[in-house]
Amino acid sequence: MLSNFGVIFSSIALITSFILIYFSFLELKISDSKIPKKIYNFSLAQLIFSLLSFLILLIGYVFSDFSMINVYENSHTTKPLFYKISGTWGNHEGSLLLWTNILVIFSFLFLILTKNKNKNFKILTLIFQNFLIATFFIFLLTNSNPFSPIFPIPNEGMGLNPILQDPALAVHPPLLYVGFVGSSIYFSAALAALISKVEAKSLATTIKPWVSVSWFFQTLGILVGSIWAYYELGWGGYWFWDPVENSSLMPWFLMTALLHSVLVLERRIGLYSWVIILSILTFTMTVIGTFLVRSGILNSVHTFANDPSRGLFILTFLTLMVFSSVFIFFKYAPSEKKTYRIFSKEFFILINNWFMVFFLAVVLIGTLYPVFLDTLVGEKISVGPPYYNFILAPFLIPLLFLMTSGPRHKWVVSELKKIFNVILFLSIFLFLIIFFIIQENNFLIGLILLFSIYLVVQTIFDFYENFKNKSVNFSRIISHLGFGLLIFFISINHIFSTENNFNIRTGEEKDTKDYIIKFEKLTTMSTTNYKSIVGNFKIINKKKLNTKNLKPEIRFYNQPQTITYEASIRSNFFSDTYLTMSNISDTDVFNIKFEKKPFMNFIWFSVLLISFGGLLNFFSRKKQI
Amino acid sequence: MKKPYLIIIYFFLIFIFTTFYFSLDNKKIYDTESIIGKKINEVELTLFNNDKFNINKISNYKYTLINFWASWCAPCRKEHKNLVRLSKIQNLKIVGVNFKDSQIKAKEFLEKMGNPFFILTKDPEGKKSIDFGVYGIPETILVNQDLIILKKYIGPLDLKDVNEIKKIINK
Repeated sequence: MLSNFGVIFSSIALITSFILIYFSFLELKISDSKIPKKIYNFSLAQLIFSLLSFLILLIGYVFSDFSMINVYENSHTTKPLFYKISGTWGNHEGSLLLWTNILVIFSFLFLILTKNKNKNFKILTLIFQNFLIATFFIFLLTNSNPFSPIFPIPNEGMGLNPILQDPALAVHPPLLYVGFVGSSIYFSAALAALISKVEAKSLATTIKPWVSVSWFFQTLGILVGSIWAYYELGWGGYWFWDPVENSSLMPWFLMTALLHSVLVLERRIGLYSWVIILSILTFTMTVIGTFLVRSGILNSVHTFANDPSRGLFILTFLTLMVFSSVFIFFKYAPSEKKTYRIFSKEFFILINNWFMVFFLAVVLIGTLYPVFLDTLVGEKISVGPPYYNFILAPFLIPLLFLMTSGPRHKWVVSELKKIFNVILFLSIFLFLIIFFIIQENNFLIGLILLFSIYLVVQTIFDFYENFKNKSVNFSRIISHLGFGLLIFFISINHIFSTENNFNIRTGEEKDTKDYIIKFEKLTTMSTTNYKSIVGNFKIINKKKLNTKNLKPEIRFYNQPQTITYEASIRSNFFSDTYLTMSNISDTDVFNIKFEKKPFMNFIWFSVLLISFGGLLNFFSRKKQI
Repeated sequence: MKKPYLIIIYFFLIFIFTTFYFSLDNKKIYDTESIIGKKINEVELTLFNNDKFNINKISNYKYTLINFWASWCAPCRKEHKNLVRLSKIQNLKIVGVNFKDSQIKAKEFLEKMGNPFFILTKDPEGKKSIDFGVYGIPETILVNQDLIILKKYIGPLDLKDVNEIKKIINK
């Protein structure tokens, strides 16, 4: 029953996008300056039917309707309601439906919220967006139908992968998708702007809020994903340069570049073509990421069941999309002759863009090189964290410096600010104190620390200065402060993290340099969807003589039958104590990984600051030069 | 003026997308089929007393089993008794490669569990093992006198594997 409704509703949404494309094309020829009511109505209808189809799947999950294969394969009656709901997007088909829904939502919001006067620009954006919507609905209905029925109807479902049964991971995909798919709207708008010859400032003010919003969600999505990886995977880290993590980071670099370039364009200083290129590239990179993840050509912790036909569909779509974008760009791109005054604000923003493009290139090569080598030469290699850290870390230093210095300059005017000021000396002084305390002799990390401190101190000082003049750019201040703090705490965390690996039996204790780890006893626990053995550990700090109790678990999920290892993490203000235990089969010995990770909360908090700054950009209006 | 750029960009894109297309057919799951029947790479290993040992020297023995293990590796503990069993077979010598381990712990492990290794080498950084195509441990490679790989086992050896190895040697 439900299954039929799902197919019908999404088919209607698909048909509406064809109708919209048709009417919009007709509308292009009419010189009336108003968009007719019927386009709004069809757009609303599309939104309603698209949301209904999502609701159908959601209902299927909530009420465990196993007549749909998708629900049968990914849900179970004993699952808590929260995970029944998040199960809707915890699989390929469901997440594709969510993806398509976000495309539709953005399309509709763009139509009703954009105040741009240029009618053809809006209409063309709608056309491009509906091409995307139609393609994804076709993909959904023909290849990855979340509503496919199953007969006879099974009594019980197969269950959701336990490592996905987690609050952070329930919200991770929707956040990331709003970021990812949000970029579609400025992709469409950029192409439309080229054809309808939209003026620079008007393009900038139109896309700026969308860029800010998608950037905000993308940043949060990445944050939540890495928090999840930190406590769920039990590998004791928060970023692994896993190809799928990279796929979320690459569009982020482009969005960041775009976020800054739009500011230049908004003041009519130039970068028109560049903003268009970035807008096109951001969404393209998103689709490339999706292709890499869903086609299964990458091996990673993010396992979606693989099916080559999916990859082929996305690849065909990607090829068409990229080729036509390149064609449109070359046909319509205006010639720009702008000279940028050295040491003006836009000059620094341009350099920031080069850095973002460089970071993108490094991560892209690291991600794709193994795939290309395997396909072209047949050799299997894997590119790991040393590559990224080795290449990216040194370039953080100039980036940090430019982030400190750039914003202090004026638009258009070339005027070199003094570098050797009180702030720099204050930063060096602070750095020397910290350096004296931590006694780290790695030169590179030292420099990164110094420049991150410089960025933080300067940003705080800028805030004070601006506050006096009553013109605080909170968005920039908060984001840049967050970034400075992030790099600072990551470095400190890197220096002071300690790890011990050992085997232990119940009742035994292990003496490490600073701690005594007592394995007191094993207890068992059981809830509706899993049973678990819990290790009771007492951690005694030798210096402070305080104790902490940690309880790592080994969980045995029943639906589907899977074992997961849950880390036990005790966070206090300054540092995390992290313990995972795994059993060694046929023995009573447990393998323990014990870690101290300082400043984890500060790392999360810094990313929150960064993303919050981006959100403020959404509300900020341009001030006249 | 624009045209040459356009052509270059299109060619570049075609190259990328064609590669993506062919990568769809790539075998995702790592299997051992591709290396069976091939000659083993020439690798120089380090013995526990820090002398060098060239893997080519195993051509002196009729059959050699190269086993990658570590004291910290739980499945290695599990398969160890099977290695001890195999070490009693005539015509078969076992070369152990101690992977990313501390020498002291490795020795303790062998004292406790028995030492099946005819030759014991170490790979503290895990780099040499890559030359053997090792993905994780334990892995075990069966090689004949001509240095040809006959069989590769990923994961701990069980009794079935022991019997299979015996069968190959007695042929």
